[in-house]
Amino acid sequence: MAPLLTPVLTLIARHRVLSVLLFLLIFPWLMPYEALAVNILIFGLYAVGFNLLFGYTGMLSFGHAAFLGVGSYLTGMSIVHAHLHWLIAIAIGVGASGLVGALMGHLAIRTRGIYFSMVTLALGQIVYYGFYKAERWTGGENGLRGVTVPAFEFAGWTIDFTNPVTKYYVMLGFVAIALGLVSRILASPFGAVIEAIRENEKRAAACGYDVARSKLLVFVLSAAICGLAGSLRAIHLSVVPIDSLHYLQSGQAVMMCLLGGMGTFFGPFVGAAVFLYLEDVVTTLTRHWMAVVGTIFMVFILFFPRGIWGSLIARWERATTPSAQT
Amino acid sequence: MVELTPQLLGLQLVTGVALGAIYALLAVGLSLIFGMLTVVNFAHGAFFMVGAFLGIYFQTLTGSFALSLVITPLVVGSVGMLAERFLVRPLYGRGIDYPLLLTFGLSYVLIELMRVLFGIEGLPSSTPAMLRGSVDLGIGRFPLYRLVLIGATAAVVLGLWLMIEKTRFGLIIRAGSRDPEIVRVLGVDVARVWLLVFGLGTAIAGLSGVLAAPTRAVNPEMGITVLAESFVVTVVGGMGSLMGAVVAGLLVGVVFSMTSLLAPEFAELSIFVLMALVLLVRPQGLFGKAGLMG
Amino acid sequence: MSTLIPAPTPNPEHSTSHADQHAAPQANMQATSRRRLLQAGAAGTVLAGAPFAINIVRAQGAPIKIGFPTPLTGAFSAEAQDQVRAAELAVKEFNDGGGFNGRKVELLVRDDKLNPGEAASRTLELIEKDKVDFIVGSLSAATQLSINAVTRERKVIFNSISQSDAINEAKDWSPYTFHEALNPHMTAGAVARYAFPKYGKKVVYLTADYAYGHEMVRGFERAGKALGATTLADIRHPLGAADYSAFLPRIQALKPDILVLCNFGRDLVNSAKQATDFGLKESTRLVAPVLLFTSRVAGGADAFEGVVGGTSYYWGMEDSIPAAKAFNDKFRRAYGGAVPSDYGALGYAGVRSVLQAVVNAKSTDSDKVADALGRLEYNWYKGNQFYRKCDHQSVQSIIIVESKSKGMKDKNDVFSVASIEAPSESNLRSCSELGHKG
Repeated sequence: MAPLLTPVLTLIARHRVLSVLLFLLIFPWLMPYEALAVNILIFGLYAVGFNLLFGYTGMLSFGHAAFLGVGSYLTGMSIVHAHLHWLIAIAIGVGASGLVGALMGHLAIRTRGIYFSMVTLALGQIVYYGFYKAERWTGGENGLRGVTVPAFEFAGWTIDFTNPVTKYYVMLGFVAIALGLVSRILASPFGAVIEAIRENEKRAAACGYDVARSKLLVFVLSAAICGLAGSLRAIHLSVVPIDSLHYLQSGQAVMMCLLGGMGTFFGPFVGAAVFLYLEDVVTTLTRHWMAVVGTIFMVFILFFPRGIWGSLIARWERATTPSAQT
Repeated sequence: MVELTPQLLGLQLVTGVALGAIYALLAVGLSLIFGMLTVVNFAHGAFFMVGAFLGIYFQTLTGSFALSLVITPLVVGSVGMLAERFLVRPLYGRGIDYPLLLTFGLSYVLIELMRVLFGIEGLPSSTPAMLRGSVDLGIGRFPLYRLVLIGATAAVVLGLWLMIEKTRFGLIIRAGSRDPEIVRVLGVDVARVWLLVFGLGTAIAGLSGVLAAPTRAVNPEMGITVLAESFVVTVVGGMGSLMGAVVAGLLVGVVFSMTSLLAPEFAELSIFVLMALVLLVRPQGLFGKAGLMG
Repeated sequence: MSTLIPAPTPNPEHSTSHADQHAAPQANMQATSRRRLLQAGAAGTVLAGAPFAINIVRAQGAPIKIGFPTPLTGAFSAEAQDQVRAAELAVKEFNDGGGFNGRKVELLVRDDKLNPGEAASRTLELIEKDKVDFIVGSLSAATQLSINAVTRERKVIFNSISQSDAINEAKDWSPYTFHEALNPHMTAGAVARYAFPKYGKKVVYLTADYAYGHEMVRGFERAGKALGATTLADIRHPLGAADYSAFLPRIQALKPDILVLCNFGRDLVNSAKQATDFGLKESTRLVAPVLLFTSRVAGGADAFEGVVGGTSYYWGMEDSIPAAKAFNDKFRRAYGGAVPSDYGALGYAGVRSVLQAVVNAKSTDSDKVADALGRLEYNWYKGNQFYRKCDHQSVQSIIIVESKSKGMKDKNDVFSVASIEAPSESNLRSCSELGHKG
């Protein structure tokens, strides 16, 4: 296994965005139905956004559902109430999440550790109740319905979102752009700074980095990416459900990252895919899917804290490091 | 619009205290576990729920509410200790997030377990016959059972306080939450203490479940909102502080109750706003120690 | 350099080792990726050809598929499972009777977890992967609206079997949307018309703060206005609240004749129980818009004692209505003596109506069946029903029941039928009010 795996992983590591996209290009054919593939795409992006904050910067937020939700709702409302073009609606969704991220981040950054998690939980719940109450705009508990995009012409092709395959590839386009951005960020000096913050915040500050500003920046970026995932979700489902904003949805992001591998580039996608696929399969086999999911999650925390992809990477690293004594 | 008479306000206050009693108990358990083990128990709501289910079960089995009040916390505490020993303990070295995440997964399993054992609809719960009916407090009628609940909570809190202040075990708890390293150096079997504290914390959660069951519907999902509310209380009071848990519990209960009277649509929101405010202005809470995990 | 889990050696050494490794296994790796590509290509070709295969099979007597999304897990799982049981009964009946031109019906049940996002995903799965012909289901307003948003875009008939006012409105509606169940307006109106003249004019509402709750209050108040009832207060409580004690002192102080618990399922159980604890029943009559059979059994006789409410069906109607007896007996035979609940009956009717429309239309084509369904007149279990033209709302009788705690013949004998309001279009909101033209 190892001799085959190692060079593949090396190639993937070098051109990670390309590898991920290649995989995602053929992905729908690997899944039993396209809607699941689209869901994985969306939640994979959500997890990637979350991972930026949790895996790379070490900040465990329990309020990230707020960004998924804000992205979904603002895109949805732009289409349903303002009848804007869907591209503009997506831009609005992403922008709004970034804004909410800036606000939440500004408030939350002052705290650390467990208090940070609690603040984000509380702020996330406040956003939830806010949207819940604004029934006239958001539909309240009924959710926002009617987020439909009519078929349109593009470069001689008819793009109809009710065709699941078309929908997948259009959304893949957006995900590709986002992944490219994330990869750039991580490879940049800024990427090194946020990892430094994760390892030892005081030391990073001592080295002269503006820790607070970096944290805020990564918070906003993370929010924007999760917002994009939300925007795509609204178009995918044609509805925006209110529990997009509930803290259990934030918990899902954590689970997916952990399953896949925090602090790795591809990990969150693997985590999202495994999580959603498992949920799909398990739900048809047994009514007790919650217990299965919970147990798997605990098993991973206890025995595979690096997650699936993270463990693979770790093994690859051991194999490729000449002086490996691990 | 109803007239805001002093009687109504008074009755609403008592209601808030009764609500707060359950919050206080839950927060005490959470704070105990956090203060001693630095573990945020995301399964606390689930243990509360298990306590409610088992409470009804044992009451039906033995025919006595009082008996189930004693048995249930013991059973729930044992489950808690099993969880600590085999699930949480392996994670202690790894940083504060891992036990938190593990208990999150554990809550999923506990919820499903109750569904399997007791069915999906939940169990019908009724007030024990002796404690039914309402009492005329002079300012209005108030359920007898809730008065008993306030009394029971006070008794439990008092008992806990006595244990913590007056016994050797309590001394270890106090020392351990201040400085676990030194306690270990001094030769105390910290692992055993942590096991017992986790068991105690979850037992209290289970007890609050038994006490709360007659006042609300008992179903597998009942712990999910309760968890968020418990966090609010623990944060407001100060994570790791028992005095804080009690005071904050009552405070949050009263805030919720009063908001329900004056602006009911914002009742749920109000407690989260309170939580956010406290975290931003005084993150260690009313009684917590500054710098703890901050 | 990719930022993976921190490597044990610093960067510069890392890149050197990579340069070394990269050269040698080039061919190996190319072979692997080529193999992968071939596999993917093969899979893709098969899948691309699949739709054709399915079409050919269908023409030769493939089953008619009805998708059935319902919350098998969550707060209403008991009702959902009864829906499934009754729906399966309808399917079995149809198949035993020969099916449609020899084609049998298949019921594809999916768990939507009472979650609108999940409901939408499942509906997409049912339509795209399972290629269902029709969809029947749902057990909450939010999920049915979610399912409807997906089905109407793809021109698939959806017959909703749970309450919602919004689904009748032009905004959400489509020619493929049908509503088998009652809606809050009808139910609240019927209960108001029974309770207000009987118990008094001063009313307090304890309302779950979400669309369904608001719709209930609106229905009550409108019917109440005609009867001279006054609203003393409309107190909103959070959906899913566990503790109602915070609201009860105020209600006590208001001293209403009637307290309407405008909530559903578990919320109703909770609030009824706590209202009882606070001694409210001594001076006030408790009324609920919808009294669920399963909630009553789960909540217990004590909490519900004396509570009056509405329902779409109660098995106890069999004493006076032959269709109910026939339906109950069928259910008893199939499920070992058990009786159908209110939502169970809706599960049965929802499926049966669609299948009858298929027979009438002599086709499974969505447009033809929708047309036939729109013109259907039927009596499956409680009397005559039909779908109103403008919004496809099933015009049906509404039953008022009172919960009993004494004189119960067995564990199912939980209600006494107080009154049955005959089907009438005047119970519904007008077509123009809902935004429909013509």
